[in-house]
Amino acid sequence: MTKPRTRSKMLHSFLHDPPAVAGSVILLLFIVAALGAPWITPQNPYDLEQVSLEHFLKPPIWMEGGQAPFVLGTDDQGRDILSTIIYGCRTSLIVGFSVVLIAGTFGVLMGLVAGYYGGWIDALAMRLADTVFSFSTTLLAILLLGVFKKTGLGTVIAAISIADWVRYARTMRGSVLEVKEEAYVMAAKATGARDFRLLARHVLPNAIPPILVVVAVDLAVVIMLEATLSFLGVGVPLTEPSLGMMISIGKNYIYAGMWWMVVFPGAALILLVVGINLFADWLREELNPKIGR
Amino acid sequence: MTTYILRRLVQGVVVLLAVSMICFIIFRYLGDPVLTMAGKYATQQEIQEVRRAFGLDQPTYVQYGRFIWNALHGNFGKSYVSRVPALGLILERFPATFELACAAMLIALTLGIGLGVAVSLNPSSWPSRLIMAGSLGGISVPTFLTGVLLIMIFAVYIGILPPFGRGETVQIGFWRTGLLTADGLRHLVLPATTLAMYQLAVLLRLTRAGMREVLAEEYIKTAWAKGLPPGKVIVKHALRNVLIPVVTMAGLQFGELIAFSIVTETIFQWPGMGNLLLQSIYETDQPVIVTYIMLAAFLIITINMVVDILYAVLNPKIRYD
Repeated sequence: MTKPRTRSKMLHSFLHDPPAVAGSVILLLFIVAALGAPWITPQNPYDLEQVSLEHFLKPPIWMEGGQAPFVLGTDDQGRDILSTIIYGCRTSLIVGFSVVLIAGTFGVLMGLVAGYYGGWIDALAMRLADTVFSFSTTLLAILLLGVFKKTGLGTVIAAISIADWVRYARTMRGSVLEVKEEAYVMAAKATGARDFRLLARHVLPNAIPPILVVVAVDLAVVIMLEATLSFLGVGVPLTEPSLGMMISIGKNYIYAGMWWMVVFPGAALILLVVGINLFADWLREELNPKIGR
Repeated sequence: MTTYILRRLVQGVVVLLAVSMICFIIFRYLGDPVLTMAGKYATQQEIQEVRRAFGLDQPTYVQYGRFIWNALHGNFGKSYVSRVPALGLILERFPATFELACAAMLIALTLGIGLGVAVSLNPSSWPSRLIMAGSLGGISVPTFLTGVLLIMIFAVYIGILPPFGRGETVQIGFWRTGLLTADGLRHLVLPATTLAMYQLAVLLRLTRAGMREVLAEEYIKTAWAKGLPPGKVIVKHALRNVLIPVVTMAGLQFGELIAFSIVTETIFQWPGMGNLLLQSIYETDQPVIVTYIMLAAFLIITINMVVDILYAVLNPKIRYD
């Protein structure tokens, strides 16, 4: 388990880790931009009244043929690239946080029950987890979306969640196995505490730290997965903005030298994921007592 | 050991049965096979005939039994779109996917382990830092984006490598290979690199972490102190102990390899199984989708079982009873 560390110590180590600070600032900027999308973007690319086909395939503003207010150019429908990116990031973050919440809650509960009670519940849950894990989140999500008939943001979130919960369940189970042998859990048990109280008050809070690392890593993984699914055409429907779909549309135009439809959304996606991963790297080292810093 | 292997086999069969049941449900209830086969404008009588001809009027358990029986005989039904047996359609595409996956694994394993060792020996040097930064990039750039960017750079701007297709192929028996012609090999470079990229970063990071832990152990210090040549200490004493979990990881990520081969094949229009799957999804060609799922499940479960058993055999520390 983790060494007892005070909050101020953690804050201190965080502030002295430039990559971690940079990562969190990037993530925060993305969240602010996504929340404020309607106010900061020059155009709502999914409002048909604001989009005009006249402005299609314009290059970025600093190139010949560029035109204000389309700073990063437009796509084949006349949608402003910068605005579409910001709305697309909104979709990425909505899917990312929803899946982390849904799959995380379910996975943590499964891991908690499996690790604490052991026996056949544990065996069954972990067999299931192994099987889902061996199929890999990406493959399972593609297959589920291939089979589901309804398309939409909710369907994408559901499919990724079904494929993704095992990460949490496995980590949580391992963590619970360690915590339940600790003296304070034994002591609480000896005083006759009920299972529910024991789990909620003593086991769950102390088994959570490793889960925080999984949450951070998983957020990046899910955001990449949503983009991948939308790129393949099995993700969010055409009526929703998505970085993956932008790149899939832009791919048709790279032979004509119109690079901006791929490069800008791609850069936004990479920046967002790198930001999250930098923070996750710090968190992992911070919470892992094995690796000395 | 025998008990362990037997138990593992039974588990594999149970999982396969579960997958087959899910596939059956998809096949039977998520689409309407009668309507698809009889056509939209079929009369009531035609629908009845199709229903009887395909046994869809029988009770569910009879249908499931027949589904399993047919599957065991390699009969997964005909594609709705091209009207040929689904299994043949998929197997015909197998060599393309297999060659792509093997090339990618080869790149990922050699570069991943090689660079991982190099970085662990000299963690604070500039090349090491550069490689580690690159590996962060490797796990932060999704496969589809790597592919599109590689096409942009090497096919569109520099123009030295072809952006799609498999190039010239040679037919040997039932196997159509692209490995024997210069054109085929040229076509393989970009897709194989794309598919290798993600695995490469993961294997590199795993090797580095493992080496860092092992190199700090007492027996390594002893080996250095004895005056053994560096090559021997690093490869024989350190790397051997790191390799087991690394190779196991590579084996267990087989599902991931299949998933990303779907993505890679789509970008490069590689005529493999993954490309076929996506087309079938767009066209809701249920028999092909179901056959693909069954086949992928069979491959993944078999490979996992082999990796698990090998792991138990190779690692003397682990004893199953």
